[in-house]
Amino acid sequence: MTNPTKLSTHDLNVFYDEKQAINNISMAIESNKVTSFIGPSGCGKSTFLRCFNRMNDVIPACRVEGQIMMGDQNINDQKLDPVLLRARVGMVFQKPNPFPKSIFENVAYGPRIHGLVSSKSETADVVEDSLKRSGLWNEVYDRLHDPATGLSGGQQQRLCIARAIAVSPEVLLMDEPCSALDPIATTIIENLINELQERYTIIIVTHSMQQAARVSQNTAYFHLGHLIEYGATKDIFTNPADPQTEAYISGKIG
Amino acid sequence: MSWPCPYLGVQEAVISNPIKDMSADERLHLISVSLNKRHRKEKQLKLAGLAAITLAIGFLVVLMTNIFSNGYTALLQSEVRIDINVPKAEILGADGAIDIQKSQAFNWNGLVKKSFRAGFPDVKGMSDRRMLNDLVSENAGYELRQAIEKDPSLIDQSSFWVKTSDDVDMLLKGRIKTTLPEKLRRIKDSQLVWINQLEQKNDLRKVFNTAFFTNADSREPESAGILGAIVGSAMVLMITIIIALPLAVMAAIYLEYFAPPGRLTDFIEVNINNLASVPSIVFGLLGLAIFLGFFNMPRSAPLVGGMVLALMTLPTIIIATRASIRAVPTSIRDAALGVGASRMQAALDHVLPLAAPGILTGTIIGIAQALGETAPLIMIGMVAFIVDVPTSVTDPATALPVQIFIWSDSAERAFYERSSLAIMVLLIFLISMNLLAVFLRKRFEKRW
Ligand SMILES: Nc1ncnc2c1ncn2[C@@H]1O[C@H](COP(=O)(O)OP(=O)(O)O)[C@@H](O)[C@H]1O
Ligand SMILES: [Mg+2]
Repeated sequence: MTNPTKLSTHDLNVFYDEKQAINNISMAIESNKVTSFIGPSGCGKSTFLRCFNRMNDVIPACRVEGQIMMGDQNINDQKLDPVLLRARVGMVFQKPNPFPKSIFENVAYGPRIHGLVSSKSETADVVEDSLKRSGLWNEVYDRLHDPATGLSGGQQQRLCIARAIAVSPEVLLMDEPCSALDPIATTIIENLINELQERYTIIIVTHSMQQAARVSQNTAYFHLGHLIEYGATKDIFTNPADPQTEAYISGKIG
Repeated sequence: MSWPCPYLGVQEAVISNPIKDMSADERLHLISVSLNKRHRKEKQLKLAGLAAITLAIGFLVVLMTNIFSNGYTALLQSEVRIDINVPKAEILGADGAIDIQKSQAFNWNGLVKKSFRAGFPDVKGMSDRRMLNDLVSENAGYELRQAIEKDPSLIDQSSFWVKTSDDVDMLLKGRIKTTLPEKLRRIKDSQLVWINQLEQKNDLRKVFNTAFFTNADSREPESAGILGAIVGSAMVLMITIIIALPLAVMAAIYLEYFAPPGRLTDFIEVNINNLASVPSIVFGLLGLAIFLGFFNMPRSAPLVGGMVLALMTLPTIIIATRASIRAVPTSIRDAALGVGASRMQAALDHVLPLAAPGILTGTIIGIAQALGETAPLIMIGMVAFIVDVPTSVTDPATALPVQIFIWSDSAERAFYERSSLAIMVLLIFLISMNLLAVFLRKRFEKRW
C-alpha cells in the first residue's frame, strides 16, 4: 500500500442486541483508492460499512465497540456529532433513494443544511457541478425541477451520488450501489467510480466479483463477521492466501 | 435420488415423501376435490359479505329516509296575512324618524293580536279570544318591530305576513291528525274553523324558513335557528384543531424518533392507545373538574369545549400520525441522515411532508368525531339555552349535536322537526369534511 491511511478501525466489534455481527476487525483504508468489501450475504459488510458514517446509530439494537480513526479523531466517540461526520463521509445506498422532490432540490439539500452555500447562484453552481461530476447533467439539465422519482433507476442512483458529493465529502461509502440496476447503468456507475476516485476515498460493498475486480484497488473478504483477507485486489483475485477466500471467489460459496 | 449442494456436498434423500410417491391421477384427484371445497368456501364468504353490506346499506337508507321525512318540512314556515295599521304617532319621534325608546315601549304584540282578531269580529269571550290569539306566533310582534325598525318605509304598509304559531304550522304541514278526538289535539275544533276561513281568503302561505339558518335558539320553534349552534361548533372545532394538531404531530414525531426505548416510552404508548378508547363523557368530567373547577374558566364557552375535545382527539391524531410516519419508507430517512441532516431535519423536511396526507386524514377523522360529540360538551355546560349567536370563544354557546339533543327532547312537534333538519345539516357538514379529506389527500399525493 502506498497512499496514506484515511480511515482505520481498531478491534471493532458490532452487536445487534446479543448477536455479534462484526468480530474484532482492525483494518486501514487507503486514501484516494477504491476499497471493495466482498463476502457472502449476511457476513456483515453493510454493518461494517455503516460504522464509518455512524448510520448504525439509527438502529436501536445496534452497538458498535472499538475505535474508528479518521485522522487523529475517533469517530466512534459517542460524544462526536454524527451530523458533522456525515458531511465528511457521504453514503450511497443499495436501493436508489432520491427524495420525492425535484432533481435540483435533491442535490441542493445537503449544501443548504450544512450552510455551505449562501446564495441562489452558488446553490445552482454546486448543483450543476455535482450533476456534471456524476455524469447526469446532460440528461437532466433541462428538467432540473421535475420530480426525481421520474428518473430511471440508474439515473436515480447517479442522482444519489451527486447528492452525496454535493457537500464534497472526503470519503464515499457505497453499499451495493448497482444491485438494483441493469448492466448498462451498472457500467456507467462503474466508470463514474473510476473518475471519482481521484478526489474521494471510496469504499464499495459489492456482491459481484467482477465489479470488485474492475473498480477497486484493494479488496477485503469477509465471512461470518470476520475479516478473512485484505489486500491489493489483483493479489486477492489471482492468488488468494486463504482457502475460504479462494472458495468464495471461485464460486464455491455463494 | 441425490443432488449436488455447492456448500454441503452430495446428500441422500432418506425420508419417504407421500406426494412424490403417489400416482399422477391420484394427485390430480386430490387437488380437484380440495378445489371444490375451496370454491364452496369462497362462495359462502362472498355471500356473507354481500349480506353484511346489504344490511348496512338497508339500515342507512331507513335512517336517512326517516330523518329526511321528519326534517324536510322544517325548511318551510307558515305565515298568515294580517291587516295592520301601525299607529305612527306612538312610534315616530318629532323628526318623523322612528324613536327607538317609543318603539320599545310600544306593545307590538298587542297590536298584532288585536289586528288579527279584527279579522274575526264574531269571536267573543275570553277563552275564544285566547284561542284565536294562539294561532299567531308569540314572536310576531317582536319580529314586526324588528322589520319596521330596519326598514321604516314599511310603516305605511297596511298588511303584513307574520309567522303562525308552531301548532298551526304543524297542522298545515299535515303533522297534526284532525281525525283524532279534540282532547288529544293541540288544535281545537273552533281553531280549525278559523284556519279554514283564513285559507279561503288566501291569507295563509308557506315560505322558506330563513329564520332557521339566521337565528340562534328560541323558546318559540318558529323563531328557533341553528346559526348559533353552527358558530359554536365552528369555534369549538377551531380551538380543537389549534390545540390538538400541533401537539399530536410533535408528540408523534417525538415518540417515533426521539423517545429513548424503555419502560417509560412503552408506558406512554400503551396509555395513548388506552386514551383513544376512553368514553368521551370522561373527558367532559375532566374538563368540568379541571378547566371549570380548578382554573375557573367560563362555563358553556367554546374555548373550554374545544380544549376538552382537543384532549379527546389527541390520541386519534397521534396514532394516525405515527402510522403515516411509519408508512414513509425508512430509505427516505436514511437518505436525509446520510447527507448529514439531523434527526429533526430528516423528520421535518422529508418524512413529515410525505406523511402529511395520512396526518390530514387522521386529523379530519378526529375532528369529524369531535364535531359529532355531545356528552363532553353537556358536561361543561354547553347545553344551556342561548338565544344569541356567540361572537367570541368565551361567550356562552352551544354546538350542533347539543342543539339537536336539546330540540329532540322538546315537547313541541315543531322542535322535533327542526331537530331532524339540524341532523341533516350536521350530516352535510360531516360529509363535506370527509370529501375535503379525500380531496386534499388526492392533491397532496398528485404532486409526485
Ligand atoms: N437491523 C438489524 N437487526 C438485527 N440484526 C441485523 C440487522 N441488520 C443486520 N443484521 C444481522 O447482521 C448480520 C450482518 O448483516 P449485514 O451487515 O446486512 O450483512 P451483508 O451486508 O454482508 O449482507 C446478519 O446476520 C444480519 O442478520
Ligand atoms: Mg448488505
